[in-house]
Amino acid sequence: MPLGAFKAALMGTAGVSTGDVVLISSQTADDDATISFTSLPDYGELIFRFYTMQPATDEAEFVFQASLDNSSYNVAVTSTFFTAGHTESDSSTHFEYRPSFDEAQGTGFQNLTENTGSAADECCAGELHLFGNASTTYAKQFYATTNTYTADVYSRNMFIGGYFNNADDITAVQFKFSSGNINAGTIKLWGVK
Amino acid sequence: MAMTLITTNTSDGSASSDFTSSIDSTYKLYIFKMYNVNPATDSTHLKFQANAASQSGYNETITSTLFWAYHKEDNSGTPALAYVAGYDQAQGTSYHILSDGIGNDSDASLAGELYLFNPSNTTYVKHFQATTQIYGSGDQSINIFSAGYFNTTAAIDDIQFKMDSGNMDGVIKMYGVS
Repeated sequence: MPLGAFKAALMGTAGVSTGDVVLISSQTADDDATISFTSLPDYGELIFRFYTMQPATDEAEFVFQASLDNSSYNVAVTSTFFTAGHTESDSSTHFEYRPSFDEAQGTGFQNLTENTGSAADECCAGELHLFGNASTTYAKQFYATTNTYTADVYSRNMFIGGYFNNADDITAVQFKFSSGNINAGTIKLWGVK
Repeated sequence: MAMTLITTNTSDGSASSDFTSSIDSTYKLYIFKMYNVNPATDSTHLKFQANAASQSGYNETITSTLFWAYHKEDNSGTPALAYVAGYDQAQGTSYHILSDGIGNDSDASLAGELYLFNPSNTTYVKHFQATTQIYGSGDQSINIFSAGYFNTTAAIDDIQFKMDSGNMDGVIKMYGVS
């Protein structure tokens, strides 16, 4: 395998295909308020993978929303959110539904993590699948799995599912933290042919 | 990991979506991606089964699990995370359920993916796992996690998806992963 192809397979290079999955875009935050992917292409499935997302503010949630016009991020969402957690000290575990992290036709940003820490080595990671974004018939289904190093020193694994309850096509997706900037992190957008 | 598109089945009022070729030893992992699956009949479940090589009928023996997270649009009831005992199987030969009842409204649908591991192996049982997300017939979001194994050492070379009752629209794509 040529070095360039090997690097693309490992890291992903925009426009390069690994089989029938195509890397569309890669964005890296450096103390930015948001990361937005606009003018989304038409794939049956878009996959956002986020790596070492670190908030500037402690105890923040990593969140996302969609836009129908590349500008306003406020599409109605109905969703679910559950989590498994375990402290580093082995003092506590949980596996439970989080009613305060879901949405019932809300237009706020959907939580993808809970209580992400901002210390030097703390961050979150995961992936979000968005289906049929260009459809003008169906609501847009999504699901995500994330893991975070929480401010209260848990490893917390989160499972989120839902739909944007709008038949119009989704043209953009925005990620941010519930409070403060994105100190660091990379989000890559893949399209599944 | 490279994923190669093998087959695309587009259903337009079809009774089932069948994959009857190209499931072989070429790949150790096959992924079925389900997009905009919309039933003709309200509140019906998407389900699937397998047929072993040189056999007939979609009726392999399955032991499986299913759990989900559930939340209604009007926030009524209690959002729940629950194991659904009625949707699993213990050495059953029925179709494995992949969802709760999907709405048949014009904007309702299912999306998700099913992983089938090493179907051509003739030594071990064949594992599968699926994640689906639906717009339910009761105007609720349901995220469903199911898994299991076909308890056969015979190679599996056919997979069929269908609804509990009635026809369906939607696209199901089969990929091989190398």
